[in-house]
Amino acid sequence: MSDPLGGVAELRGALDDRRVSAVELVRAACARARALDLNAFTHLREEAALAEAEDSDARRARGEARSPLEGIPVALKDNVCQAGEPAQCASRILEGWKSPYDATAVARLRAAGAIVVGRTNMDEFAMGSSTENSVHGPARNPWDPECAPGGSSGGSAVAVAAGVVPAALGSDTGGSIRQPASFCGVVGMKPTYGRVSRYGLVAFASSLDQIGPFARTVEDATLVLEAIAGHDPCDATSIPEPAPALAGALSGDVSGLVIGLPREYFASDGADPEVLAAVRTAVAELEQAGAKTREVSLPHTPYAVATYYLVATAEASSNLARYDGVRYGRRAERVGDLLDMYRRTRSEGFGAEVKRRILLGTYVLSAGYYDAYYRKAQQVRTLLRRDFEEAFAACDVIATPTAPETAFRLGERAADPLRMYLSDVFTVSAPLAGIPALSVPCGFVDGLPVGLQLMGRALDEASLLRVADAYQRRSDWHERRPPEAA
Amino acid sequence: MSFEPVIGLEVHVHMKTASKMFCGCAVHYGGEPNHQVCPVCLALPGALPVPNREAIALAVRAGLAVGGEVHSRSVFARKNYFYPDLPKGYQISQFEEPVITGGGVEIEVDGEVRRIPLTRIHMEEDAGKSVHGEEEREDESHMDLNRAGTPLLEIVSEPELRSAAEASAYLRALRRILRYIDVSDADMEKGQLRCDVNLSLRPTGSDVLGTRTEVKNLNSFRYVEAAIEAEIQRQTGVLEEGGEIIQATMQFDPERRTTSVMRVKENADDYRYFPDPDLVPLALDAARIAEVRAALPELPAEKRARFEVEHGLSEYDARLLVATRPLADFFEAVTRAHGDAKTVANWIGRDVRGALKERERDLEETALTAPALSALLKLVDSGRVTPRSAREVLGVLMDEGGDPESLVGERGLEAVSDTGALEAAVDEVLAAHPDDVERFRAGEAKVLNFLMGQVMRRTGGKASPGLVREILARRLEG
Amino acid sequence: MSAITRDEVERIAGLARLELSEGEAERMAGDLATILDYVEALQALDTSDVEPTANPVPLETPLRDDRVRPGLAAEVAVAGAPHAEGTAFVVPKVIEGEEG
Repeated sequence: MSDPLGGVAELRGALDDRRVSAVELVRAACARARALDLNAFTHLREEAALAEAEDSDARRARGEARSPLEGIPVALKDNVCQAGEPAQCASRILEGWKSPYDATAVARLRAAGAIVVGRTNMDEFAMGSSTENSVHGPARNPWDPECAPGGSSGGSAVAVAAGVVPAALGSDTGGSIRQPASFCGVVGMKPTYGRVSRYGLVAFASSLDQIGPFARTVEDATLVLEAIAGHDPCDATSIPEPAPALAGALSGDVSGLVIGLPREYFASDGADPEVLAAVRTAVAELEQAGAKTREVSLPHTPYAVATYYLVATAEASSNLARYDGVRYGRRAERVGDLLDMYRRTRSEGFGAEVKRRILLGTYVLSAGYYDAYYRKAQQVRTLLRRDFEEAFAACDVIATPTAPETAFRLGERAADPLRMYLSDVFTVSAPLAGIPALSVPCGFVDGLPVGLQLMGRALDEASLLRVADAYQRRSDWHERRPPEAA
Repeated sequence: MSFEPVIGLEVHVHMKTASKMFCGCAVHYGGEPNHQVCPVCLALPGALPVPNREAIALAVRAGLAVGGEVHSRSVFARKNYFYPDLPKGYQISQFEEPVITGGGVEIEVDGEVRRIPLTRIHMEEDAGKSVHGEEEREDESHMDLNRAGTPLLEIVSEPELRSAAEASAYLRALRRILRYIDVSDADMEKGQLRCDVNLSLRPTGSDVLGTRTEVKNLNSFRYVEAAIEAEIQRQTGVLEEGGEIIQATMQFDPERRTTSVMRVKENADDYRYFPDPDLVPLALDAARIAEVRAALPELPAEKRARFEVEHGLSEYDARLLVATRPLADFFEAVTRAHGDAKTVANWIGRDVRGALKERERDLEETALTAPALSALLKLVDSGRVTPRSAREVLGVLMDEGGDPESLVGERGLEAVSDTGALEAAVDEVLAAHPDDVERFRAGEAKVLNFLMGQVMRRTGGKASPGLVREILARRLEG
Repeated sequence: MSAITRDEVERIAGLARLELSEGEAERMAGDLATILDYVEALQALDTSDVEPTANPVPLETPLRDDRVRPGLAAEVAVAGAPHAEGTAFVVPKVIEGEEG
């Protein structure tokens, strides 16, 4: 069973030619999800998906396919709501809860004909960089099951890397799509803040969170992004622009395009030298294709992780206040008075990392500390945005490593939260500035994938996709399959 | 040492919108628990708020009506605390940058007019509430979120009120404005207007503020006044005994008319306000504000001034007639139909208001219409109905409605102007009261009124008073 | 300002309605101190004239027309509740004025 599921384009061809049906694709995806021992999925909805696949096959037979995604099986990170399905966010506190409503992105995917087969493992409430902070246990990296797949959207990255589904949705707050994409050797994109509706995405940090696609190719990621993007009146931070038409950007032509290389990201002490070498080789390949490069500077980069953890935890401490055991989810048993209900429900329901971030966020918002921490972080956020504005005056996209390293071993950082936070060093700046960024596979170090990160101007997803697609046309990293998927 | 109270009010009013502040659920009171809820006001994971355009227009209208400054930029902030009626674990409110600052409300107490300055007006959302179910056990509470998310205005006064009477006058004036501009029905009984009182004492003449307490959730005008009186008394007692006021939240016991400490405010009240990242700043451009201003109805003070000039009313009458917008509108409608503003003002100011008070009703709740009252007054003017009979007809018009002319006919209330019959009645009265006739002739002029009354009684109030007076005068002089 | 005491951790945990065991509070105090030490670096930046960024979207908040839209049926609204009676959520006794 080698790679039973191809990319969207291949599957679409097979579906159109009646070589395969959507029902068969859903069955194959579910069988494969079950056969793999990577803990990528937390829930499969095979029966419902099969019924939807039958409808999809019928539509196709009538010549009424809704979009290129018609009949394509996809997976959702367990923090993206779908009506009638759990959205446990890998937390004990949401045990048993089923969402009564669809996230906008899910409604749009379904309206495009895609079929959701299941929900994927993650760090609890998207807080983590390894998918180890999960009530379901850690997900494993298909390139080496002893290694973490990255996080927090680890399950979605694994599902795509291991060939269960051609595409999946994740969410990115400080790198939660791009870093696992890098660790698992797939494409992962965080769109411009406000490009994809957050309605129905369980909030971690509202001013940073974005839903985005995972796929093996840039082309497939583009199809998914086109389906889910665009203005949504249910999200007050949604940009009032229609979904961008992006297919035209995938021309393979990057001639004249300027790639900025920020010196702060290429400092020799900042990343594994072999990772840096792989990224430099990829950039050289793009130069071969006609792109120009120039060095740029993002001088406030050293402050990005600190800024990110202050902003994100402050917002999280408030966003997670709704988990109180009153309206949904799990309440501690045999509670005494009201205070006891709150304290025990939340202490039993949240894992250690979530508690740590709630405490940090509560602290930085509390009287006497707000200005020194939260307000300060918001001001530095402005400086980080300005860094990018200045850099983009001199270049069209910025290329960096996605992560300073390849996948680390499970358990290796569990006891050192700060060290875990620092693995986000290259990914936190883009969400702070609200700009789009993606990771595309660009090589291997010791058998583990390396990701090239591209960051672009706000709303200019097209340039990122153009460059990443051009790179994939000249490389075959994305065609390699992990041993666990063979 | 004598003390002077320093009082500020925080008033919460429900805005009159069809849907909630941040979601499309109906604003609807009562009913089964949790029938007006959705993912947003239930605070389901992933749900997001979007502000209600009308609520913002109403907030701006309120701000303009009190002469406040409407800010082109304001910010929704989260106020974080845990309570089972607060589904998100935070309330969306405004903190550092409210939509309105400044402005004031004019009050009159004991003939003295003062303007009470306002600190700010901001928008927020209401919480849900406990309901009492049949199955409820003693150690549990049942929560209903139908009210959660109802648009609220919080109106904060400066601590410029000096007595319970002033606080009450302020509250009434504020309510009248809010009703005039149709921002809120502001019915305290329905919880549409709630009031928290901040109160401290200071030595008379001093300008140093004392430690203040807060009396929460007063839901009637009487309670606001009584609670203020009680808290002044309590604080005075403490200070006179050399004690210290402790910053605390107080509760008012309406039966015993006392206040007591509900919760001591330590620094535990740490709401961790921060700008709501789900809601970017609210922008109001000058054109939008001008639009709201143009649609602003005439306010009580303006209307009163106009009534004095345009209709030649006394300040007293004008003030009575602008008490509510329906009453003022009614006055103008009757005047248009009838022609004489003073007559109309007299009738509405005295008889209509009296009859409403008797019935404990608002004008809108009666069947009385402007054309009917105008027609009735014309019957009085022409002498066809006596004022006394007209009052009887007014009652019928209020309770049942109808045409004054036919009502007068049906009830035989036509004024008696048959001179012969009236002369006979006068003669009978004079014969029955010889002493009074003597006293009148000895110079006691006011006895005439008594004799008039006797004649009116004998004719069932239907006698034309002018004619009776004429006949009486003639007979007594003779 | 980065040192954070056990007492402060307890105070913060109280605000956040978290109950920490002895060991947990100790560990959290240590972790938070390390993290706060790290973020202390921000204090080196002069931001006196810098506007804060609360949200990266350069937008004004959009508004919704005041129209009633159907929500959830009450039965659905309480379907996921740990404890409901009829269509009401049930919680331990709420004592007016007492904090939850």
